[in-house]
Amino acid sequence: MSAPDLLFYLFAGLTLLSALLVVANPFSRNPVTSAMFLVLTMVFLSGLFVLLHAFFLAAVQILVYAGAVMVLFLFVIMLLDVKEEERRRIKAFSLGLGATGVGGLFLLIVISIFKGESGAGGYPRIEGSTFELGRLLFTNYLLPFEIVSVLLLVAMVGAILLSKKDLK
Amino acid sequence: MLVKRAKLSWLERLYFPALLGGLKITWRHFARTLFKKAVTMEYPEQRHQLPAGYRGAPYLVKDPDGNTKCVSCQLCEFVCPPKAIKIIPPGPDGQPPDRANAEKMPREFEINMLRCIFCGFCQEVCPEEAIFLKEDYSLVGLTRGEMIYNKEKLLQLGGTHHGPIKKWEQKLREARAQEAFPVKQG
Amino acid sequence: MDWDFIIISSVKIVCAVVALLTMVAYSVLVERKVSAFIQDRVGPNRTAPPLVAAIPVIGPFLVRLGIFQPLADGLKFILKEDFTPSHVRKIYFWLAPAVAMVPAFLTIAVIPFGSTLGKQNMVIADLNVGILYSFGIVSLAVYGIVLAGWASNSKYPFYGGIRSSAQMISYEIAMGMSVVPVFMMVGHLNLSEVIQAQADGGWFVWRSPMTFLSFVIFLIAAFAETNRLPFDMPECETELVGGYHTEYSSMKFALFFLGEYAAMIAVSSLMVVLFFGGWTLPFFGLNQPAESLGMGLLHIAIFLGKMLFFMVVFIWVRWMIPRFRYDQLMDMGWKRFVPLALANIVLTAVWMWWMA
Repeated sequence: MSAPDLLFYLFAGLTLLSALLVVANPFSRNPVTSAMFLVLTMVFLSGLFVLLHAFFLAAVQILVYAGAVMVLFLFVIMLLDVKEEERRRIKAFSLGLGATGVGGLFLLIVISIFKGESGAGGYPRIEGSTFELGRLLFTNYLLPFEIVSVLLLVAMVGAILLSKKDLK
Repeated sequence: MLVKRAKLSWLERLYFPALLGGLKITWRHFARTLFKKAVTMEYPEQRHQLPAGYRGAPYLVKDPDGNTKCVSCQLCEFVCPPKAIKIIPPGPDGQPPDRANAEKMPREFEINMLRCIFCGFCQEVCPEEAIFLKEDYSLVGLTRGEMIYNKEKLLQLGGTHHGPIKKWEQKLREARAQEAFPVKQG
Repeated sequence: MDWDFIIISSVKIVCAVVALLTMVAYSVLVERKVSAFIQDRVGPNRTAPPLVAAIPVIGPFLVRLGIFQPLADGLKFILKEDFTPSHVRKIYFWLAPAVAMVPAFLTIAVIPFGSTLGKQNMVIADLNVGILYSFGIVSLAVYGIVLAGWASNSKYPFYGGIRSSAQMISYEIAMGMSVVPVFMMVGHLNLSEVIQAQADGGWFVWRSPMTFLSFVIFLIAAFAETNRLPFDMPECETELVGGYHTEYSSMKFALFFLGEYAAMIAVSSLMVVLFFGGWTLPFFGLNQPAESLGMGLLHIAIFLGKMLFFMVVFIWVRWMIPRFRYDQLMDMGWKRFVPLALANIVLTAVWMWWMA
């Protein structure tokens, strides 16, 4: 096994482990702990991107998700009553619902993996170069890109609207 | 009271004039300290010029003849606000004074320098001018016991006081004149 | 795997980290000296190991300079009681100082601190996305402060943590956007390329008004990112006791302290690389990669000199300007610098389109 392979298994394993600890941590039911493990998941994911030579995505993964989004999560979690979250019991119904959803998704992925042609992966087109990524975003994927931006704008406007106390 | 906020001009709102002003002031001070001198007094090497009448630690003094002036009247012990002074008088059959014309002498005289507040009441109240606030202001010791100064130490630190009034000599003269000798010859 | 590469990289990493730690220790001394001089004081001038003061002329001078003070400070931090209050959340309380310290050290990995020494490029990792990497790592620094504030489990550190999370995210946006014009002009995200572009076409500070504006925004955002006055809201002694590190003592406090200075050094080097031509100087042919060993060392010295200049700027400003109010800070970040940086990007794009 060569070094990149070894690193892949290392990062993949760590990603899975920390992702598991986000949702099902046997030692702590503290939301901050979950959030920190989510940050770790992001960091390990970006390690996987680096192994795919997608440096831009790796850096952005850390910059945006670990550096900004998760900090905001943490910000909100800290303002909540953590003790109450720790006390909350898990209901059998929601557990069942979650398990069904995850199981279904897992099944879907397994089926699609086995149906797909093996060995036809090739290198991803977003490899490394920022130029290439930018060009793709502004040509082939212009519409989805713009729609996502508009979606974010709508969400932001909505949030501002909801947080306003009195509308004039 | 309502303080009107000053209307700032466009330039002032940019914050840059304030920055430049700050830079000017800080640079002035920096350069002055760098090229001339800091205002800091470097303490153990340089010391304050103490003004006359400075109130430092209280010590016992001797008269020019080398005699202890204190007669253990205990007024200072009584007046001392933090109760730093402790005097043990000799008592009726205690040790006689070490020199002529003294009624009595303190057997032990202690000042706890950790309690002393350098107020000067003891000097003020002393009828014999035997205790003075000297110029020492940094007293150090490694233990609490070390900071309780006994008679010998206080007398040694206090030194001799050259006052114009020599009470004992006058008393001796008066006694001789009256030919009354409850007082021993000196 | 190339063993040469591993060995040389390890040597570079060790040298860079040792140099960084030394500079952190001595920048604390510089801070104390500069602050003392600005306030008409003398500053640390006593500490001396035994016998040094006995060396004629030079010994007393070094002691007066306070050159041994960092050693004494370090020793003091190590020997102090490492106290963990009973009400804290232990794991995060212990984790936070390390998290605060590490990002600043990781940032220097992509910074080209010299041209070449022998055949080696003087950069630990010449990443294609160098600037994004450094921004990503810098953005992780906020966790140390936020976790410290939360784990301390008392109100002032908590305020500090909350403030810092809001402040650092806000200014990260302004900071990230402010450098976009520079990269539009360079056409590459690699920091070595940025230096090369400046060696060829002049430093970015005064190449055009847009990049100068970039520099101003970057400088101000850097103050906010490193929690230095006038933006040191997370610690803010007058309001929050000590902010996020109120409950910390001994070496754990020292890690926060060193982390702050390491972050200053990292941001200063970024500024030097992005706007002040990195290791280049525009005369005596110093803007070409070095051929000889001496030139290589000279380039490193030039880089360090420029960086030290910015360190002094950081330190000087602390004693020059009073602290901002928190609402003014956020107002400035979101309503002034973010739109300004955006406008700057658009302006640069239009200008480049016009020139092309």
